[in-house]
Amino acid sequence: MRLAVVDTERCVGCQQSMFACVRRQGEAGLAKTCIAVRSVGGTERGFVVIVCRACDDPPCAKVCPTEALVSRKGGGVRLDSEKCIGCGHCQGACPIGAIFWDEETNKPMICVHCGYCAKYCPHTVLELEREEAEHVER
Amino acid sequence: MLNDDPLANVLYIDLSKRSYRVAQRQDLFEKYVGGAGVAVQLLEEECPQGCDPYGPHNPIIFAVGPLTGLFPLASKTVAMFKSPHTGNLGESHCGGRSAVALRMAGYGAIVINGTSDIPVYVAIHDGRVHFRDASVLWGMGSRFTVGRIIRENEPGSGLRTIMRIGRAGEQLVSYASVTTETYRHFGRLGLGAVFGCKKLKAVQISGKRSLPVADQKQYRTTYDEIYKTAVSSSAMKKYHDLGTPQNVLPLNDLGALPTRNLKEVRFEGVSNVSGETLAEQFLGRRLACSHCPVACIHVAALREPYEDEPYFYKTSMISYDYEPIYALATMLGVSDNRGFLELMDEVETVGVDAMSTGVILAWATEAMERGLISEKETLDLELSWGNHRAYVEAVRRIVSQPNDFYRALARGVKHAADQYGGADFALSFGGNEMPGYHTGPGAHVGALIGARHGHLDNAGYSLDQKAAATELPTPEKLVAALMAEEEWRQVLSSLVVCFFARGIYTQEIVSETLRSAGFELSKEDMEKIGMMIHRNKYRFKIREGFSLDDVRLPKRIFETESPIGMLDKAYFQDALSHFKNMLLASES
Repeated sequence: MRLAVVDTERCVGCQQSMFACVRRQGEAGLAKTCIAVRSVGGTERGFVVIVCRACDDPPCAKVCPTEALVSRKGGGVRLDSEKCIGCGHCQGACPIGAIFWDEETNKPMICVHCGYCAKYCPHTVLELEREEAEHVER
Repeated sequence: MLNDDPLANVLYIDLSKRSYRVAQRQDLFEKYVGGAGVAVQLLEEECPQGCDPYGPHNPIIFAVGPLTGLFPLASKTVAMFKSPHTGNLGESHCGGRSAVALRMAGYGAIVINGTSDIPVYVAIHDGRVHFRDASVLWGMGSRFTVGRIIRENEPGSGLRTIMRIGRAGEQLVSYASVTTETYRHFGRLGLGAVFGCKKLKAVQISGKRSLPVADQKQYRTTYDEIYKTAVSSSAMKKYHDLGTPQNVLPLNDLGALPTRNLKEVRFEGVSNVSGETLAEQFLGRRLACSHCPVACIHVAALREPYEDEPYFYKTSMISYDYEPIYALATMLGVSDNRGFLELMDEVETVGVDAMSTGVILAWATEAMERGLISEKETLDLELSWGNHRAYVEAVRRIVSQPNDFYRALARGVKHAADQYGGADFALSFGGNEMPGYHTGPGAHVGALIGARHGHLDNAGYSLDQKAAATELPTPEKLVAALMAEEEWRQVLSSLVVCFFARGIYTQEIVSETLRSAGFELSKEDMEKIGMMIHRNKYRFKIREGFSLDDVRLPKRIFETESPIGMLDKAYFQDALSHFKNMLLASES
């Protein structure tokens, strides 16, 4: 399963997904969000949604010196927090900026593709794709 | 409130000294919750009695509430100041990203005092206040460029608000607005002019933090309840589909849509400027405030040719709402919807309140029609119903103020009528230009006694519509209903819940949401707080010279039939005296 950004043109910039991601982690506010919605450059031009796109061969994992980022079945990565030394190389390696930073733990925060945010996207910008996972397994 | 909630932090900024400090004000938030309740208290503390609204001692106060960042639709920032437009209580609410950004920056309220000697903008992030030279931005014509430059120079993409003024604020037009996120405004009562006289071009606020909640499980349950209602109720769906302009046709059918300076209440060109037509022909994008799933902001895409070159176009994105349609289309007899959008765009570009501007231009048009003013005053501009090109130029002149006439227009319709006559058809209440409802006595009495003299104070138009279907309440009952509504709205605007969501945030839901934020308030507590805040506002108004004995009703409202017939002056006098008695009774 992976989270897909289906159509950013439908995005109204409500940021419900960001708040949902944080709630899913048992928090409130925005510090822990693993998804970002920002305007393209002024709200008149619409929005971009930044979130891990579950690469099959993730560059962030390739640059991790301690193997704290492990490729996840179905794409993307899983963080082994104990191994992570907080060097931030992964952030630099992700060209779409989808590695967020936890200032509290000084470690990366990356979407785990749980799909919770998609449930709170009122305009079908986000969707949890199940078929994709099967496709990868084949 | 919860001990570790950063809401208690009040940031005090002094533009004269370029300094700032943070004070812990649990006292205020525990007593008044947040938003309007806290802001009026800070205004009382910070604004010296009788202070010049254009002077350095007029404070700007922004406040949010405990639910901001926790629950959907708690998305408004309340601004308080002394209004340069009415010379009294200034209060204006704005959405966009302002509320969430302020809360995420780690504050419950911001107080801005003093005056800068050079144009500045203030950037608030990472617990610091940065004073930036805004000389380059001052006088800039484009409303998009200022936002873009600040966006490029400051951090916090997606997590920030940029509140800014246009040329009207710089030129101290008394009803200049402050714009955030391009399409939302602190529109009414002239906050833009207060920014302008402080030489404050913009305020940028950003942040990202965790917020405490009392009980995670209960928090998520309450959240889901609100979210579900917000995305499924028909009340919210109408705001999403056509937005506020869905009211244009029903109000016209009702005979309550002020047209040509309220000489009429139905507009023959209404189908061109209805929510339906604007959506079909122009709707280019819908937008939402941060943490609101509704997305009521409707933005038109207007493609216009350049006249000097063939096949050369620009596409402007212009937001529209019911009130601007009333003020800039029907009040001015503008049935050409492209013309309306062009006028709307100019209003946004210079940064003036759309409602005040429309009412002022409607008065000027009628004054010209009656020969009170001529081309001599307008400097050869023919202000006539439907002439949108002349209105666009008039808006520019209200800002550039080339003569006494435009200087008068820049101070509001009451001031202009004092100079040139025509007070009978100068549609202002308590010095503020009228909102778009000639529904009956509720709307006008409501605007008269409302603390802000606006339609959102107590929604009198809604009482009128109920009365039209049944019968007119006695003046006493009308006033009691208006006051009850206005008092409850003090609670909502202290939680900074958008008034569009008032149907969702019932007293029970408010109690539940507040529990997550560590407040235990019963129904009675809330009623008490609402009343207390309302009286605090009135106490400030009276301190600053407001008197119900001075309020003036424009004769025009008695000359044009409303859906419940011709209005009766005696009814209004009766209503006013009941209001006075109720205020006095509660004070004693």
